[in-house]
Amino acid sequence: MIALSRRALPLLLALPARAQSSSITIASTTSTEQSGLFSHILPSFRDATGIAARVIAPGTGQALDVGRRGDADVVLVHDRPAEEAFVAAGFGGPRRHVMFNDFVLVGPATDPAAIAGLSDASEALRRIATKRAGFVSRGDRSGTHAAELRLWRLAGLDPTMGRGNWYREVGQGMGPALNTAAAQDAYILSDRGTWIAFRNRQALRILVEGEERLFNQYGVMLVNPARHPHIRAAEGQVFIDWLLSDAGQQAIAGYRIGGEQLFFPNARQPEPVS
Amino acid sequence: MRQQAGRRLDRGRRAGHPATVPDIATALAAAFGLITEGDRAVLSIVTLSLQVSFLAVALAALVGLPLGAFLAVARFPGRRPLIIAGNALMGLPPVVVGLLVYLLLSRSGPLGGWGLLFSPGAMVVAQVVLITPILATLSREVLEGLWEEYGEQLRSFGATPRLAVPTLLWDGRFSLLTVLLAGFGRASAEVGAVMIVGGNIEGHTRVMTTAIALETSKGDLPLALALGMVLMTIVLAVNAAAQLLRDLAQRRQG
Repeated sequence: MIALSRRALPLLLALPARAQSSSITIASTTSTEQSGLFSHILPSFRDATGIAARVIAPGTGQALDVGRRGDADVVLVHDRPAEEAFVAAGFGGPRRHVMFNDFVLVGPATDPAAIAGLSDASEALRRIATKRAGFVSRGDRSGTHAAELRLWRLAGLDPTMGRGNWYREVGQGMGPALNTAAAQDAYILSDRGTWIAFRNRQALRILVEGEERLFNQYGVMLVNPARHPHIRAAEGQVFIDWLLSDAGQQAIAGYRIGGEQLFFPNARQPEPVS
Repeated sequence: MRQQAGRRLDRGRRAGHPATVPDIATALAAAFGLITEGDRAVLSIVTLSLQVSFLAVALAALVGLPLGAFLAVARFPGRRPLIIAGNALMGLPPVVVGLLVYLLLSRSGPLGGWGLLFSPGAMVVAQVVLITPILATLSREVLEGLWEEYGEQLRSFGATPRLAVPTLLWDGRFSLLTVLLAGFGRASAEVGAVMIVGGNIEGHTRVMTTAIALETSKGDLPLALALGMVLMTIVLAVNAAAQLLRDLAQRRQG
C-alpha cells in the first residue's frame, strides 16, 4: 500500500498541474453541450488561438451561479432577463448577443390536445392545460425553463396547478427531460438544437414551431475580473471576440446534423426585441 | 467516439433494429467495437477514470486502513459512537459529498485558492471523502476478527495498540485487498459527486460514469449502454487482476 501511494502521490500533483496550460472555463447551457455545438466549434477556436476551452453545462440558471461564484471565466447562456440581471449586479459583462435558434413544442404523434400545426403557442398551451394532457417541464431554472414559464404567463395560465398530476417538473437537463416526455407520451418545450441531436424520440414529433414567441437568443458575458482576480480575463475576452468574429460566427453556422443547421449566428445584426 | 460508435449503431439499425428502441445487442456490438478498436476518446476517458479512482483509493487507504485497524484494537470512551458514525457515513449520498466539496473548492469557498474545482484533483477529493468511511469500517470488521484470534498472543508479547496496528494491517493484507476493491468499486461507479465537482469537461474531467450520463442525456441510449459495458469490463479486469495477485502472493508464502 505504501509503495502504491508513493507512486500515486506524484500523480496527484500531476493531475491538477495539467490545468496550468492556457485554458478557459466556460459555463453554459445543456442545449449547447448536448446538441454537440461546442464539440464542433471549440477545435476551431483552439486552432486559431492556442487556447483550450473547457465547458461545463449545468443549464442557464446554474451557469450564471457558477459565474457569480467566480468558478468560470465566460458564461454563454440563453435567458436575456437573467443575463441582464447578472450584468446589472456587476457579476460580469457586457452582454453580447451571439446566435439564436428557436424553441419547438414537441408532443406525441397521437396529439391528444390537438395542437399540431397551431401558429399560436399560447393557444397550444391552453389546449394542453384544458385537456390536462401530460406536460414535462424542465423545472431547473434553465433558459428553456424560463422561456416555458414566460409562455405559460403569456397564455394567462399557471401550470403549477397541475403539479403532481399532468404538469411534471423533472428538474433535469433538456435531454433527460426529453427522455421522460418520450417515455410518458407527454408534451414538452425543447430548444431545436437539442431536439435535432436527440436520438431517443420514440413517438415524439414537433407539433408547434416557427412562432415569434418561440425565439431563443443566446448571449455571452465575461465574468467580472474585478470581483474575482483569478479570472482569465484576457483569454476569456479572446474567446468572446473570436465567437463574435466572422470565423466564430461561421463555425456556429457550419454546425449541422443531417444537413439541418442548429444555431444561427446573429452577432452582426442588431438583436431582435423579444 | 460518437462518430465511430454512431456508425456502428447505424449499421445495427439497418440490420433491422429500430433506431428508437434501445437494443442491448446493438449496444453490445458497439461496446465490443469501442474496446477492440481502441477508440482514442474512450481510451482517454477510461485512463482518467482509472487514474482518479486508483488515486482516491490510495489516499483513502492511507487514512482509512490505519483508522480501521486502530478502531479494531483500541478501547476508549467514544469508540462505539465513532463506529456507528463510520457505518452511517458509508451511506453518504454522493450528491451531498459533491455539493460539499463544490462549496469548499469553489473560488468563493474556503479552499478556492487551490483552484481545484472542475479539475481531476477535485474529483479525487470527492471520491476520497466518499470511500474513506467505507475503507475504515470494512477494515475494522476484517481486522477485529484477526485481533480476536491473535490479540491475546500479541498482548502477551507486550504489544501496545500502536504496535499492533501495523502488525494487524500486515497480517490482514490479503483480506484488506477485498476492502480496497470495495472502495474502488464505489469510487469508479459513482457519478453524482464527480459530475458536480468535475463538471464533465470533455478531454479534462470526463470519466466513464459522467460520459454515460451525458450520452443518456442525448438520448443515445445504445451508446450509453455500450460505455456502461466498457466500464463493467474494466471493473471486472481490475478485480480479476487483484484476485490473481492475491493468489500468487499467498501461494509464494505457502
